[in-house]
Amino acid sequence: MAAQPRRNRVSDPDMSSPHIRKPVSVQREMFTVLLALVPGITAYVWQIGAGILVNLVLASLTALAAEALVLKLRARPVAITVTDGSALVTAWLVVLALPSIVPWWLTVLAVLVAIVGAKHLYGGIGQNPFNPAMAAYCAMIVAYPALMSQWPAIGNTDFTTQWHLILGGERAIDGLTGATALDAMRTGLRGHTDVTSILSSSAFGFVGGRGWEWIALGHLLGGLFLLATRTISWRQPLSFIIGLGLTASVFWLIAPERFPSPLFHLASGGAMLAAFFILTDPVTSSTTPRGKLIFAVGVGIIAWFVRTFGAYPEGIAFGVLLMNLCVPLIDRSTQPATFGQRKEKRP
Amino acid sequence: MSLPHLFRFPGGIQPDAHKKESSEQPIRPVPLPARLAVPLVQSSQGSARTIVTVGDKVLKGQCIGEAEGNAGTAIHAPTSGRVTEIGRYPMAHPSGLDTLAIVIEPDGEERWIAREPLDMASASHEELILRVQASGIVGMGGAAFPSHIKANSKIDTLIINGAECEPWISCDDRLMRERSADIVTGARILRRLTGARRVLIGIEDNKPEAITAMKLVVQAAADDGGEISVITVPTRYPTGGQKQLIRVLTGFEIASNQRSSSFGVQCFNVGTAHAVCRALVHGEAMVSRVVTVTGNVEHPGNYEVLLGTAVADLIELCVAKPGTERTLMGGPLMGFTLPRLDAPITKSSNCIIAASNTLFPPAPPEQPCIRCGSCAQSCPTGLLPFELYWSSRAKNYDGAVHYNISECIECGCCAYVCPAHIPLVDYFRFAKSEIRARNQEKRAADQARARFEARSARLERDKAEKAARLTAKAAETRAALAANKDAATDANDAALIAAAVARTQAQSQAQPPASGQNGGATPPEPSI
Repeated sequence: MAAQPRRNRVSDPDMSSPHIRKPVSVQREMFTVLLALVPGITAYVWQIGAGILVNLVLASLTALAAEALVLKLRARPVAITVTDGSALVTAWLVVLALPSIVPWWLTVLAVLVAIVGAKHLYGGIGQNPFNPAMAAYCAMIVAYPALMSQWPAIGNTDFTTQWHLILGGERAIDGLTGATALDAMRTGLRGHTDVTSILSSSAFGFVGGRGWEWIALGHLLGGLFLLATRTISWRQPLSFIIGLGLTASVFWLIAPERFPSPLFHLASGGAMLAAFFILTDPVTSSTTPRGKLIFAVGVGIIAWFVRTFGAYPEGIAFGVLLMNLCVPLIDRSTQPATFGQRKEKRP
Repeated sequence: MSLPHLFRFPGGIQPDAHKKESSEQPIRPVPLPARLAVPLVQSSQGSARTIVTVGDKVLKGQCIGEAEGNAGTAIHAPTSGRVTEIGRYPMAHPSGLDTLAIVIEPDGEERWIAREPLDMASASHEELILRVQASGIVGMGGAAFPSHIKANSKIDTLIINGAECEPWISCDDRLMRERSADIVTGARILRRLTGARRVLIGIEDNKPEAITAMKLVVQAAADDGGEISVITVPTRYPTGGQKQLIRVLTGFEIASNQRSSSFGVQCFNVGTAHAVCRALVHGEAMVSRVVTVTGNVEHPGNYEVLLGTAVADLIELCVAKPGTERTLMGGPLMGFTLPRLDAPITKSSNCIIAASNTLFPPAPPEQPCIRCGSCAQSCPTGLLPFELYWSSRAKNYDGAVHYNISECIECGCCAYVCPAHIPLVDYFRFAKSEIRARNQEKRAADQARARFEARSARLERDKAEKAARLTAKAAETRAALAANKDAATDANDAALIAAAVARTQAQSQAQPPASGQNGGATPPEPSI
């Protein structure tokens, strides 16, 4: 009878080939991603205030504790998975997706939803069909729409104030919050104001939201670093930018007074964060080369439609979750041809 | 001269080469070992039949095993000496199983049998092919496919594989540097045998000395009616794989179920071309090969090793340093751990690596797959190894077949790049063997069913035939009876009547009717 494989090892890996391995690890990839988030976070602290750091610490601790606890409950190896950095990446992305002055418990709740609900209920790292950070964001915006729309106002970067908003019980928020660029644009357009006059309001900077466009630039830099280190594929960022940019271009060219420019769309909201850090999540994105393109184009198109016609100002998270659902189908129908079956150029 | 257009194969990896450790010293001889155990099976396709008995004196290069069948290849005494045993010896195989081997005790004289070079000008194609087979030549790159089969096909492009893409191995490199003339002569013979229009010698660009040496020989020789070119190919594992090198040099992509000859291409290792030259031009059968011994040893290098030399002898010669945990045969990407060191060097053993945990660190613990797709990017066959992994792990073998597991060449690229340190190739080997077993079972079941159905049908047919035969016979008898009825009955009746009449007459003549108790033919005389 054929031998049954052991739980984690088919055979002794030291006995069978290959006998050498590239010095890579999940941990290394995850910490590279964390490093790539630093420029965006730096811009955040500079433009919006250091309050986000409180949330980052809070979210990181919650994520690690939740990860360890669930792994223990599930009788899985704890140390190796807790230290792989994946929980920290999820925690940081949740924080970057939420307004940075939400009360502390909302951050904790969002991280728990991400780690326990979206990740471990589906089987832990590698098994979750939905991007944990985006699932948490969507759950929070549905459950706490008011808190989730209180974005810190540009110019009020005082740390003490933000500290009290996050950790204090009372929320005297008048004058401390402001509309984001996407919010202002949506409200303006609903009020039948044209794009040009909306853009003249104080919420807007050079191309996107005032202040926020610097954060987007930070994420773009981080993303380029990930591309340079080959940590991520170029396929998702590029095709997302094309999907969102092209859809926005078509409508903008038809009616520029009613639809903002593609540049505005790409520089606002979470577009850059999503392009380089969310869509490139290996677990929940499509895995085939063509599948990655389809997946990210889809997110871009859905994001534009939700932003333009939906009930929420930002639509990327919904686009991601919807396309996450399609991943098995996309993967199955984009299986690449094997060697000898490819339509490659012949001599 | 314009640069040749090279093609790309998908994936591939670029691990540290580690060639310099062994490639900087000339090929050195090995002192005669105390014993040589030459296995009868030296090729992937066939075996040899022993033609010596224990006690026989043999000369170096003397045939000791004849080619068995068309695909078999002969084996020869690696040195002069005495056959001391024909018995089961360990195989150079990951299983460590035994195989039949002829054991020769060297007499130390290294006396060659009379060498009979072929006159290349007058020898016929068949003679050349027969000599290739009789000299025991098989592919020396690792697959050990019988060369006389490959050389006996008509093709357009002959490829000589000097890529040597696996790290640490440098035996082909040294061979090309030192024996380029013989390699090119062998290539010319193979070109003649195959009728190839051109010969492409592919060498990875990390072997500049070999490239120079080969180019020198090719350029020095007068043009003899065909194009021979040395082509530098980029260093990228597994360029030395036959199908990968064919892709790089010619652009043809040969699927797993296709043969290169149907594309007009045939590929031989440089070592094989060298052996062809030695056999045909010098009359020397294949009795030795160049083996790289490297890794954690004091004297790494390339050695001319007699076939049948135990790996332990080589390790002893090169002196394993402390910390050597295990010994690999072949390269670090496709080679295997030798379960026992008394295994012999065979025609396809290109490299022996003494592995320490420093040079070849044990695999870190396996982590869950994060579907990053690095494996798919590195796969030279264009597979999705992570999908194969999910299927294999779940024992969903239909899924594994759907994702073309049979196309996997086990090159190890996927496991090399995996950030979760999953031993992917091990999963695939396991799934492949399960699928093979399943197919065998299915075939056996199909055969049994076919046999049963055939038997049932036969029994059924026999029964029907028998019934038909009986019916026919009955009808026939009945018809015959009916046809003969009148005549037969009349004759019978007439006879019976005649008999009865005769009897009655006899009785009435012999005695009066009153005394007829014992009416018979000869009634007793009444005693009155």
